[in-house]
Amino acid sequence: MPTIVVEVMPKAELLDPQGKAIAGALARTGRGEFQVRQGKRFELTVPGDELTQELLDQITEIAADVLSNSVIENVVGVHVVAGHGVQPEA
Amino acid sequence: MARIGVITFPGSLDERDAQRAIRIAGAEPVALWHGSRDLQGVDALVLPGGFSYGDYLRAGAIAAQAPVMAEVVAAANAGMPVLGICNGFQMLVEAQLLPGGLIRNDHGTFIRRDQALTVENTDTAWTHEFVRGQEIVIPIKNGEGGYIADAETLTTLEGEGRIVFRYAQLNPNGSLNDIAGITNERGNVVGLMPHPEHAVEPGFGPDTRVRMRSGIDGLKFFTSAIAALQAV
Repeated sequence: MPTIVVEVMPKAELLDPQGKAIAGALARTGRGEFQVRQGKRFELTVPGDELTQELLDQITEIAADVLSNSVIENVVGVHVVAGHGVQPEA
Repeated sequence: MARIGVITFPGSLDERDAQRAIRIAGAEPVALWHGSRDLQGVDALVLPGGFSYGDYLRAGAIAAQAPVMAEVVAAANAGMPVLGICNGFQMLVEAQLLPGGLIRNDHGTFIRRDQALTVENTDTAWTHEFVRGQEIVIPIKNGEGGYIADAETLTTLEGEGRIVFRYAQLNPNGSLNDIAGITNERGNVVGLMPHPEHAVEPGFGPDTRVRMRSGIDGLKFFTSAIAALQAV
């Protein structure tokens, strides 16, 4: 069962209050000074063995239309990882 | 009597307050359900506040995919007055009935306060009983109320007078241009983060200089819509 990973990040030019809060906590606890931005990772697993280009196109569309909101976010990655019990592709 | 629908989604919180506000304003509230495409012939719609689907994915995003929303979009495009309050505003931007987006408050925390707003557009179905430039006070309560849009959209909204409400005295969440609420080109769809339905009855509204909890500035949203419906 192939799994497609979709990664979404808040737009770079927008304030990311969650990332800012994490960076603040890291600094407060002496773990270092970082810039942190928080995004989302979605895993879409499809039945069957084969991943067609058509399905990949469909998922790319879903990533743009549903999993992200283009006003506030960017889809930064759509990639295929192997299914259960299979070594991930390099 | 005008019939105004209030749509309940899983996780809606303020639908009963919205229904109550409609009743106090003089119309008949009609309870509608997210899973049904039947708008029951209502004359106007309110998308209430709350946390539909627990704000999963993005606030309002899953609600925007609900069966009823196809009907809401069609009705809005046909000119029906639609008001989105808080989570309802988030649904309207996710459904692309209104431009821009709402992100987490810039300070990262949930806020709740009685909020002063300036009414800047009194041509909409929901605001025509206000006076332009009037300052009103209604409650605000949200975690993701920061209004954002690209520069071009902001210029369009400003140029076309589509910013209906601006935060007055202070900006509680980092919204660009102090935007608290906007409308579509036609002026029938209005979305805002603060809650007019919580300021409609003396004793249950925000404090005023005169008396505790006596603020009823939210009532005019609903009486405006009712008058607009009667004028048609």
